[in-house]
Amino acid sequence: MTSGQTLYDKLWNEHLVVQRGDGSALIYIDRHLLHEVTSPQAFSGLKLAGRKPWRIDANLATPDHNVPTQDRDKPIVDEISRIQVQTLDENCAEWGITEFKMNDIRQGIVHVIGPEQGATLPGMTIVCGDSHTATHGAFAALAQGIGTSEVEHVLATQCLSQQKMKNYLVKVKGHLQPGVYSKDLILAIIGKIGTAGGNGYAMEFAGEAISDLSMEARMTLCNMAIEAGARVGLIAVDDKTIEYVKGRPFAPQGEQWIAAEKYWRTLVSDAHAVFDCVVEINASELIPQVSWGTSPEMVVAINARLPDPSDCAEKAESWQRAYDYMGLKPGMSMNDVTPDRVFIGSCTNSRIEDLRIAASVIKGRKKSPQVKQVLVVPGSGLVKQQAEAEGLDKIFIAADFEWREPGCSMCLAMNADRLQDKEHCASTSNRNFEGRQGYGGRTHLVSPAMAAAAAIAGKFVDVREFI
Amino acid sequence: MQAFTTLTGIVAPLDRANVDTDQIIPKQFLKSIARTGFGQNLFDEWRYLDEGQPGEDCSNRPKNPAFILNQSPYDQAQILLTRRNFGCGSSREHAPWALLEFGFRCVIAPSFADIFYNNCFKNGILPIILSEAQIESLFQQVLACKGEKFSVDLDKQILTMGVGDQLSFSVDSFYKERLLKGLDDIGVTLEQADAIRFYENKRKQERPWLFQ
Repeated sequence: MTSGQTLYDKLWNEHLVVQRGDGSALIYIDRHLLHEVTSPQAFSGLKLAGRKPWRIDANLATPDHNVPTQDRDKPIVDEISRIQVQTLDENCAEWGITEFKMNDIRQGIVHVIGPEQGATLPGMTIVCGDSHTATHGAFAALAQGIGTSEVEHVLATQCLSQQKMKNYLVKVKGHLQPGVYSKDLILAIIGKIGTAGGNGYAMEFAGEAISDLSMEARMTLCNMAIEAGARVGLIAVDDKTIEYVKGRPFAPQGEQWIAAEKYWRTLVSDAHAVFDCVVEINASELIPQVSWGTSPEMVVAINARLPDPSDCAEKAESWQRAYDYMGLKPGMSMNDVTPDRVFIGSCTNSRIEDLRIAASVIKGRKKSPQVKQVLVVPGSGLVKQQAEAEGLDKIFIAADFEWREPGCSMCLAMNADRLQDKEHCASTSNRNFEGRQGYGGRTHLVSPAMAAAAAIAGKFVDVREFI
Repeated sequence: MQAFTTLTGIVAPLDRANVDTDQIIPKQFLKSIARTGFGQNLFDEWRYLDEGQPGEDCSNRPKNPAFILNQSPYDQAQILLTRRNFGCGSSREHAPWALLEFGFRCVIAPSFADIFYNNCFKNGILPIILSEAQIESLFQQVLACKGEKFSVDLDKQILTMGVGDQLSFSVDSFYKERLLKGLDDIGVTLEQADAIRFYENKRKQERPWLFQ
């Protein structure tokens, strides 16, 4: 009965509450992550309709988008941000929802703390009013970003009303070379299939290069499935998944652990599973990537010249617009671009391994004087604590990098961390959209290693030659 | 939610692909805890020549005269015609809220990002998907005839151009029914509360670690 199912098929079937005649279904939601930006209207909608949350213990909240990354002992200076964070505190207090508040050591970016706490478990359905919820798919969880109306719907019903997606397989052969990371891999995949390539699909990543990856590297990969258009990213369960989850605060223990692990081991696509679309990539040939434009699909290998719009009629207009916005020209090398600021952080790349990699690149060196500022923003209070225990903070500070408090920070610049007009940034985040990191700001997406190397060199360089 | 049955309105051509929700409504406006007030900041970075601040009165801000929605009669448009992958990126529902408050009830494009597409239906906005060739032809028509009005009939799934030409479009019955009737999604789901409870109890038995 189960032969020929994809991982997504299995997760979907497991959570099916009602299949409706019109092709839609109700699927049950095991975990609902909340943050301050997309939840206030959902809570007020709930109240307005006289409804209450269906199942309190399925929810976990933390403020991340708005929180400042320094002076956390003082109230948030920006009044509108302060009110939004307070509103989350009040809503969670009113309903008894577990919240890691701003100054709780467990606070952090919602997609970092879920896995860190074991609140993200294999086989779960996970939603959050944030598109990067795809991150949790690294645990073979059916995880997706939802809008605020759906946040309210999940609060009220513990279900999502939706249609089944199609199955997409990204098969990654070979092995990533030293200095090349899962961030480079996902950027290359997006460059290949485009930002709409995965629209309508759940995207599973498989192959020997994926098996090689650590859980944190897998999270980076699934995190950016949404940048390839796929609302859901997925990776099958293996020994690494089980090991990562074991012993975490929300993870099962004792007999329940044994039962859970037995079930989790089944969370793989069957050998004969049929996918609606398959793309193959060879990891062995991959070179570190850097984005040059205003869409995550506008990427090049660090050693390549920037593309000529006249070579691609279909995209010529958007490429030209991107060049104008970015202040770059076709044929240039990214080696000629100096980042004004460097940002190491975000739900894509702010975990302990990311910080270890960045620190290993810069150890004993200093920030280039051409670079105005380097922000290192750990993904959670616990990541920060671990990094400090390992002395990574001292390496960053010795290099004239700034060591900050956890949050989303300059990934989307809702707090005070932002680019100035026309500034270039080497950023480990996930989106290079116009103005994303600050009004008029110019984002270049890279791996933590590439960002660290750019900070030291004062220009974008191939980190493989830099180490 | 406001129902959508028929609509006749001016069509604004926004000739860009991959318009992301950061462009539709920039992040600083997401600090609001209200569901309204976003219309004046729709496409803020393209519409104005300065950086917008939340809570600011936009009536005195310098507008970008080259931006389509600043030009008459497109400032009165109710239908947005645009290119592929509209609404990509962030899941922010503030994007459809801003479009709706500006006056848009319908967006026509060759494709939409999944989360945005879904968010539209939750807010009484009809996203219509047509082929690239059809979209190209609509652009030519709208650009040739400034202030062109289209009519949309959701029930019949027909789009009628000013000159009387008609195109049919498809929309899943799942979305169509809810939009036509302006149904409260939560209310519809709660009609099946017994099924949800039944499932939940079964799950507690089978996967008890999820209910600690």
